[in-house]
Amino acid sequence: MAFTAENLLLANEIVARYPKTKSAILPLAHLAQDQDGYLTQDAMREIAGMIGVTPAEVLGTCSFYTMFKRDEVGRLVVSVCTNVTCLVMGGPEVLEHLEQRYASDKEVTIEEVECLAACGNAPAMQVNYEFHESLTPGSATEIIEAYKSGELTARGVSGGVAGGGQG
Amino acid sequence: MTSVIGAPNATETRIITKRLRDRPEDSWTLDGFTQSGGYESLRAALKLDPEAIGAEQVAAAGLRGRGGAGFPTGTKWSFLPKGSYPRYLVVNGDEGEPSTFKDRMLIENDPHQLIEGIAIASYAIGCNLAFIYVRGEFALGFERLEAARRDAHAAGFLGTNILGSGFDLDIVIHRAAGAYICGEETALLSSLEGDRGMPRIRPPFPAVAGLYAKPTIVNNVETLSTVPHIMRMGAAEYAKLGVNKSTGTRIFSLSGHVNRPGNYEVELGITFRDLIESPELGGGVRNGGKVKFFIPGGASSQWLTGSDEHLDAPLDMDYVQQTFGVMLGSGAVMVYDETTNPALVAWRLAKFFAHESCGKCTPCREGTGWIEKVLYRISHGYGRPQDLDLLLDVGDNISPGLNAPFSQTTICPLGPSAVSPVVSLHKFFREEVIAMCQNNDRVLHVTASDSGTSDLGAG
Repeated sequence: MAFTAENLLLANEIVARYPKTKSAILPLAHLAQDQDGYLTQDAMREIAGMIGVTPAEVLGTCSFYTMFKRDEVGRLVVSVCTNVTCLVMGGPEVLEHLEQRYASDKEVTIEEVECLAACGNAPAMQVNYEFHESLTPGSATEIIEAYKSGELTARGVSGGVAGGGQG
Repeated sequence: MTSVIGAPNATETRIITKRLRDRPEDSWTLDGFTQSGGYESLRAALKLDPEAIGAEQVAAAGLRGRGGAGFPTGTKWSFLPKGSYPRYLVVNGDEGEPSTFKDRMLIENDPHQLIEGIAIASYAIGCNLAFIYVRGEFALGFERLEAARRDAHAAGFLGTNILGSGFDLDIVIHRAAGAYICGEETALLSSLEGDRGMPRIRPPFPAVAGLYAKPTIVNNVETLSTVPHIMRMGAAEYAKLGVNKSTGTRIFSLSGHVNRPGNYEVELGITFRDLIESPELGGGVRNGGKVKFFIPGGASSQWLTGSDEHLDAPLDMDYVQQTFGVMLGSGAVMVYDETTNPALVAWRLAKFFAHESCGKCTPCREGTGWIEKVLYRISHGYGRPQDLDLLLDVGDNISPGLNAPFSQTTICPLGPSAVSPVVSLHKFFREEVIAMCQNNDRVLHVTASDSGTSDLGAG
């Protein structure tokens, strides 16, 4: 869906920050994804129109970056690190447990990610980009359940107003 | 230096981490910052001749980049062509080198310190618009940076006519979106311009033609966070810290099989043993074990082992490079005890580099994938005795000669970085790896179309 009125104001303010408007692709894509839950085709068209490039150019840029989800994802995106510190501290076990536990839960999308810069308290994961560290399979599950029940919430990544999607 | 071989007793020397350790309750706020001396260095700097700051302060202090390459910061600033404006300062906050977690701590817990460093650097180089390229996954860091920027602006430390000096500066905080390669400075600039984050051929260097083809300085978060302290202490005083041409302190991100993993700011020149074993630092290997090997400077570096020769080497950028062909790099030290299968660590590193290869240069795009597949085979019990030599052959096509510092057939160092674990296995664990590959009756054919890692999900 199109930017809400409030996010559209922020989007225009973001575009104005840059000497060249194309620089605004990434921040606008973050804003759209925070609002819609994933980066929709409509959003990429709207962003293209705002900054004066083709929709294909927006797609060309955004498809390079793993944070942008171009298909629908669960309300909670859980990113589990298995890189070389988490590897030896139990990250793969957390990932395997969560993948099985939430295999059929449409609300939760589990993904394996590269180093999250939380190696001092490995293994680590993020839920909608909020850090959770020193995990076990059990504690990771409890954290996800706390997000599901609304006990924990995420701030979002764009500084904009979240919609019905991630957030 | 506080190193005594056999009895490590080194402690932290807190300069850039002092505030965030002393007042964790409010170190990131404007009040917490100004109540502990914040923005005083900016006030002093604005009274100096801008060009003198680079030469007489930053260069004289011996400050070298803390992002990985260790290039002298003052020298980098001096490369800007005279009379060419606008020029930009871009802060590299895209921390993604595996097991490095210092910049995230600085961003989240002392964002004003970074902003003060940016303001001083911008004044010194004649920049009126600076960008902080901050890693996309750092949601809290972004929020704190944005709040710090707004508060600094409102208090007159940013904006027009800063502190009555006539100097103007705005900062744009730019969110990245999950691509390790954007930590490479030319890829970062491509990304900041709204393109795919692919490295560019140098020359031209960014100092001549960088962001929007204008003169641009790219500095790391920790590097710029150090600048206010050089101004406060004076270059001569700062340069007294450290050893040889590795002056000052650095934050080392210590992780893995140690009792006290974490970020430690130490004076350069203490030893790896000090860092890993001192009671106030790493506290030794878990369960009373021994170091089997460690990676001394982030995933891109070659490895060192638990030998006395390696553990007693000083944290001196040039010494470790010249003596062992390794780097202090991003300051990440990953420690592995004797329970660790080094081939498994090498495979996971190769998987990382294969995933993060941007695809621009053929030797890296193709080679990292093959290294990953063959290392998967070795580390998961399907290896053949000749596989290690096969890997060296693949590696030689990416980094001819397999030396350090790298030679490379690629535009940027990502491809050669994937060769580091291969060379390290060959140097230190050749017999162990070949033994692992003997008498395997299992066969895992590695082909381009059917990856050996297909059961592991997205790479």
